[in-house]
This record gives sequence, C-alpha cells and structure tokens, in this order.
Amino acid sequence: MASLKALKIRIGSVKSTQKITKAMKMVAAAKLRRAQEAAVQGRPYAERLEKVMASLASKVVLSESSPKLLAGTGKDQVHLIVVATSERGLAGAFNTNIVRAARKKAAELEKAGKTVRFYIAGKKGRAVIKRFHAQQIAADHEMGHIKYVTFSDAQALAQDIIARFESGEFDVAHLFYAKFQSALVQIPTGQQIIPVPMPEGGAAQGSAAVEYEPDEESILADLLPRNVAVQIFRALLENAASEQGSRMNAMDNATRNAGDMINRLSIQYNRSRQAAITTELVEIISGAEAL
Amino acid sequence: MLHFELVTPEKLVRSEEVYMVVVPGSEGDFGVLEHHAPVMSTIRDGELSIYKTEKGEPETIRIQGGFAEVNEKGLTVLAEQAG
Repeated sequence: MASLKALKIRIGSVKSTQKITKAMKMVAAAKLRRAQEAAVQGRPYAERLEKVMASLASKVVLSESSPKLLAGTGKDQVHLIVVATSERGLAGAFNTNIVRAARKKAAELEKAGKTVRFYIAGKKGRAVIKRFHAQQIAADHEMGHIKYVTFSDAQALAQDIIARFESGEFDVAHLFYAKFQSALVQIPTGQQIIPVPMPEGGAAQGSAAVEYEPDEESILADLLPRNVAVQIFRALLENAASEQGSRMNAMDNATRNAGDMINRLSIQYNRSRQAAITTELVEIISGAEAL
Repeated sequence: MLHFELVTPEKLVRSEEVYMVVVPGSEGDFGVLEHHAPVMSTIRDGELSIYKTEKGEPETIRIQGGFAEVNEKGLTVLAEQAG
C-alpha cells in the first residue's frame, strides 16, 4: 500500500488538477455564451441571402455560360474536403468527431473511384490527417491568430478555396464542421459548398416583376462567391460554439472525476492512517504487557 | 413609412421605419421611398444615407460590398461591412 506521504501528495495533485478543470469549465461557459450570441446574430444575413438566392435560382437557367460556382466544372472527379477544427485541444471528442466524419466521407469517395484532397483549417485536425493522408493535403490554412471569428476571416478562407477551384484544382468541395445543437450535443456535419447547392422553393415569390440591376446573371455571379463565404462563416461560428460547448462538457466531467478520485484517495488515506495508529497502539500495549 | 433593414454577416445593424434611404447602387445611387417598385441591385462601396423624416438631415453609414433588395415589405440592404 502506498505510504501516507505518497497518498497526501497524490490528493494534493488531483486537487490542483480539479481546480484547473473547474476554471476551464467556467471559461468555456463564458465563451460559449459569446459564441452562441455571434452565431445567432449571423443568422439574419444567411437567411436573407438564402431567400435571394432562391428567388434568383428560379429565374436563371443553367447554360454553358453559367458561372462555374453554380454549374460546376462539368466533372465530378476531384473532391476537396475542408476540415474545420479548433485551435485548442481539451475539448472532449470534438475534433476527433469532425475528423472522423471527414475521413469517412473520404473513404466513401475513394471507394467510388474519386480523388480526394484535404484542406486543413484549424490546428487540431492537422496531426491526424497528416498521419493518414500526408500525400493528399492540398493546403493548410493558418487560423491560429484568430480569437473570435469575423467575416473577413471566413472571406479569406473562401477566397483561397475559390481561387483553387477556378484554377481547376478540384471539382467539388465539402466542408466538415460540428453543428451546434446544444451545449451537450454537437453534430459533426458535412456539407457541399462548391458548386453552390441551390436552395429550393424559389417559386413562392410574389408575382410582382422585380427589376434587376445590372441583371440577374451578374447579380448571381456577384452573389455566388459571397454565398460560399457566408456558408463558411456560418460553419466557423457553429464550430466555435460547438468547441466551447464540448469543452465545457469535457471539463465538467473531468472535474467530477477528479472529485470522485479525491474521495477515494481520502478514504484510502484515512484508512491507512487509522491502521498505522492501531499498529502503534498494539505495539505499545503488547510492550507494556511484556513488562 | 419605409421599413428598412441593414444586415451584415456579423449582425443585424438596423431595423427601423424611415422616410427614405439613398442606396449607392453599382449603376448609380437610388433613393427608396415607401411603395417603391421591387428592385434588386448590387451595391458599390459608398455611403448609405438614411432620412428619418422628410425634412431632417440624413444619417450616413459607410457600407462595403453586397446588395440591396426592395420588395413589398420594404428595403433590405445586405452589406459585407457597415459602419
């Protein structure tokens, strides 16, 4: 059995670990509130953009001259998988889940004979993907300097991806991130971002003739890259909220586990202490009796 | 009164009833009053002027990139950046 001193040290160490996990939980909870707020505030823009896209989609007919972002390259060979993960660890299975979903999709695509390339956005997905798919990494987007995601961050990412698309690096792009459902539930999600999937239900528009300035096609051409950026922005916001939620959860569990461990160790410590006292007493008594 | 909304990806900047808004469209500025015909236009970087009342001084907001939509409900400006 461990000595009293060793037990005492052990208890102390678990206690300070518990202090840290507790603090991290509080921090995550505070950040979660902020991230959630940002996600909610970003919603009106995305909703309205979607509405406009829908009404435009019902008016524009796909043809040879349609923008590539909408119609695609005409091929379906090279797929780009964008994996958005967090910059920091200790968030439970958050990053693992996203990477797992992305790799699953990659395996499916490869089975179907497609070429898969990875685009890494976020530090925590890097290691795993590098280990398994070192040859397939198309790019590694640095996100370490970002504290709170802004639209220009998403735009930079979108511009880079669109530039690669236009130079013919890939035909289809998927984005993987964790959708925020609640502080307890985050769902790893994959979504196609290029070519832009057209929302349906555009026919519900009023009969009023809308005047377009300059014209439908140019507005659409202007809107498409913006839509990609907005989708990415939305995903990053969701991801940020999910990360904090996941971390809060993980740290809550860790704090509880540490508490259990402290209880167990304290019992062990008290038992050993009692045993030591008993032994000492027995020694004294038997010594006295021997006299 | 005209219902006017200014939205950026980060938040809903304005949602209010105003008299008139002058939008910097890519093909020239245009003013939007109540009951304006439905229009959809891209915008250039410039100043958005909001007239709260008919006679009052306009309030200007700098906006960047995006587009404006006028429908029966009012005017919605989706800008990449505002302010």
